[in-house]
Amino acid sequence: MSASALETREGVEVRLEGLHREFSGVRALDGLDLTLRPGELVALLGPSGCGKTTALRLVAGLDDPDSGRVVVGDRDVTHVPANRRDMGMVFQAYSLFPHLTAQQNVEFGLKLRRVDRSKRAGRARQMLELVGLASQADRFASQLSGGQQQRVALARALAIQPAVLLLDEPLSALDAKVRAQLRDEIRRVQLEVGTTTLFVTHDQEEALSISDRVGVMNQGRLEQLAPPEELYTAPSTAFVAAFVGLMNRIPCRVEAGRASVLGATVRVTDRSVTSGEGIAMVRPEQLVVEASDAGSAEVLQVSFLGSVTHVRVRTADGHELLSQANGAEAARLTVHTPVRVRLVADQLLVSSD
Amino acid sequence: MIKAARRALPSLGMVPFLGYLTVFLFIPTVIVVVGAFQDDGRPTLDNVRALGSGPVLHALRQSLVVSASTAVIGAVVGGLLAYAVVTCKPDGAVRRAVTSACGVLAQFGGVMLAFAFIATLGFSGAVTTLVKDSVGVNLYGSGWLFDVPGIILVYSYFQIPLMVIVFLPALDGIKVQWREAAENLGASTWQYWRQVAGPLLLPAFLGSTLLLFANAFASYATAAALVSQGNPILPLFIRSALTSEILLGRANLGYALALEMIVVVAIVMTGYALLVRRTSRWLR
Repeated sequence: MSASALETREGVEVRLEGLHREFSGVRALDGLDLTLRPGELVALLGPSGCGKTTALRLVAGLDDPDSGRVVVGDRDVTHVPANRRDMGMVFQAYSLFPHLTAQQNVEFGLKLRRVDRSKRAGRARQMLELVGLASQADRFASQLSGGQQQRVALARALAIQPAVLLLDEPLSALDAKVRAQLRDEIRRVQLEVGTTTLFVTHDQEEALSISDRVGVMNQGRLEQLAPPEELYTAPSTAFVAAFVGLMNRIPCRVEAGRASVLGATVRVTDRSVTSGEGIAMVRPEQLVVEASDAGSAEVLQVSFLGSVTHVRVRTADGHELLSQANGAEAARLTVHTPVRVRLVADQLLVSSD
Repeated sequence: MIKAARRALPSLGMVPFLGYLTVFLFIPTVIVVVGAFQDDGRPTLDNVRALGSGPVLHALRQSLVVSASTAVIGAVVGGLLAYAVVTCKPDGAVRRAVTSACGVLAQFGGVMLAFAFIATLGFSGAVTTLVKDSVGVNLYGSGWLFDVPGIILVYSYFQIPLMVIVFLPALDGIKVQWREAAENLGASTWQYWRQVAGPLLLPAFLGSTLLLFANAFASYATAAALVSQGNPILPLFIRSALTSEILLGRANLGYALALEMIVVVAIVMTGYALLVRRTSRWLR
C-alpha cells in the first residue's frame, strides 16, 4: 500500500524542554531536553529506571512533569489532558480492549471522533491491511497471538492519524523471532505514514536497527542523541560506550591528545581525557588477535558465533580483553595459545573512570 | 494396562467428592422431585397444584422481593465498596482489612445475625431505646424488623460483603493499560466507563447480582431466627410444611415447595454461569 492512499499527516516537530519529574524523592527525569524532527523515529534507550518510560508518559499526558514543557509543533501541550493530545500510543502488552474485535479496537478512536460508520470501517480495514491483519479483523484479542495483538495496537494507534506516535517497549513481551519481524514492520509502517515517533526500549539492537536517531538515557538525563552508527562508533561518554555494544576498558596514558594503548598510539576523541591516566574504550572488533609464540597474551576462551568469533584473552599484565573477528580463522585458536593483541583504531574515547 | 491405570489415577481423587455430591445433592434432589409428585406413595399432582394457591404464591412473591432487593442493594453498595478497595494499594492495610472483614461478614448469617439485629433494632433494642429517648422517634414501629423489610435489612448485612468478595476479581482484571489506551485514543472518563470498563464489568456485575439473588433466595437460618410467626418467604413456608400441625397430612407439599425453589435457583444459576463464561473469555 502506498503512503498517499493512507491519508497521512505531515510529521511535526516535538520538543521536550527541561523536563523534571520526581517520584517520592527519586529523580526520574532530571532536566531532559530532546527534539524530534518532523517525521523522525527517535528511540530512547537506557537501563531500567533511567527515566525513558517517564519521558514517554509525560509526552503522552499520562503523567505531569514537575517542571519543563512538552511542545508539539508550535503548541504547548504540557497541561493538555491525555485525551486531547492527539497522540497514538502502543503499550508494552495487553492494551487491546478484550470485549472488542480487532476491527472494533482499531475503530475505537475514530468512533470517539464521531467519524461516520462506513468511513470508520474503511479506515480501520485499511490500517489492518497496513499491518497485515485484514483477515483477522473479526477476532478478539484472546484469539490473537502476542505479535498480532501488538500489530492491531499499532493499527489502532495510527488509525486516528495522530500527530505523534509513541511506542512504549511494544516488543518486550514477544519472543525473539516475532520481535525482529515486528520491529522491521514498525519501521516500514512508520516510514509509510511519516508520523513523528518516539520509541522507548531497553533493547539496544531494537533501538539501533530501526531509529533515525537514538537517545541514550542515564539517571534521568540524555547522555547522547545521535544516529545509530555514530552512537556505536563515536560514543560521547563512558556510559554510552559501555551501554551500547560490547566494550573493553583498557587503562592507558594520554599525552598531547594521543593515548598509548596496547603498544599503539592513537588519537583521542573530543570529549576524552586530554592528559594523564585514563580508561580507553575499545570495541572487540578493534582488537586483532594473532597466534604468535612470542605473544605475551594467552587465549582464555573461544566462542564461534557463526558469522563472527569471540576470543577472550588475558594480557601479560593480567587484563582480560574480548576480541571479535570475522571468519573462521580465529575459531581455530585453542585455549592457552600464546597470542599477540593488536589495536586497529583511528581514534578512541578515553574516559576518566 | 498400567499406563491406563496411571492415567485414571488422578480421577480417583474425585471419588470422595462425587460420593458426597451423590449422597447430599443428587439423592435429595431426586427425593424432592419424586416426592413432589406423590402422596402416601401414590402419584398425584395435588402438591404441585397447591403451589398456585394464594399463600404459596404470596410467599413466592415475597421471597422474590427479598432476594431481588437484597441482591440489588448488595450489588450496588458492594460494587462501590469493591471499587473503593481496588483503588487502594494492592498490598495495603486497607485492602487487606476490608477483604478479611468481608470474608467473615459474608458468612455471618443465622441466629447470631438475627440476634444482633433484634438486640439493636428490636422492641427494646439498644438503638431503638437510644433514638426513642433522645429524639422521641419509635424506630421499632409496628414490628417491621420481623417481616419482609426486616429480612431485607438483615440479609443486606451479608449480601454486601459477599458482593465485595465475588466482584473484586473482576475489578482486579481491569487493566490500567485499557484506561490509558482509551484516554490516549481520546476518551473522556465517562466515555471510558461507558465504552470500555462498563461493558467489561457488566457481565461480572450481573453474574454477581444473580449469585446474590440465589444466596438470599436459599437463605433460611437468619429468617427462621428472626421470624417466628407467619411464613413470609418460601423457606419458612417449607419449615411450616414440615413441622406444622395444620398442614399435617400434606407433608409432601414441602417437597413441591422445595422443587419450586430448585427451579428458581437453577434458572438463576444458569444465567450466572452464562455471564461468567462470557467475562472469563475476555479477562483471560
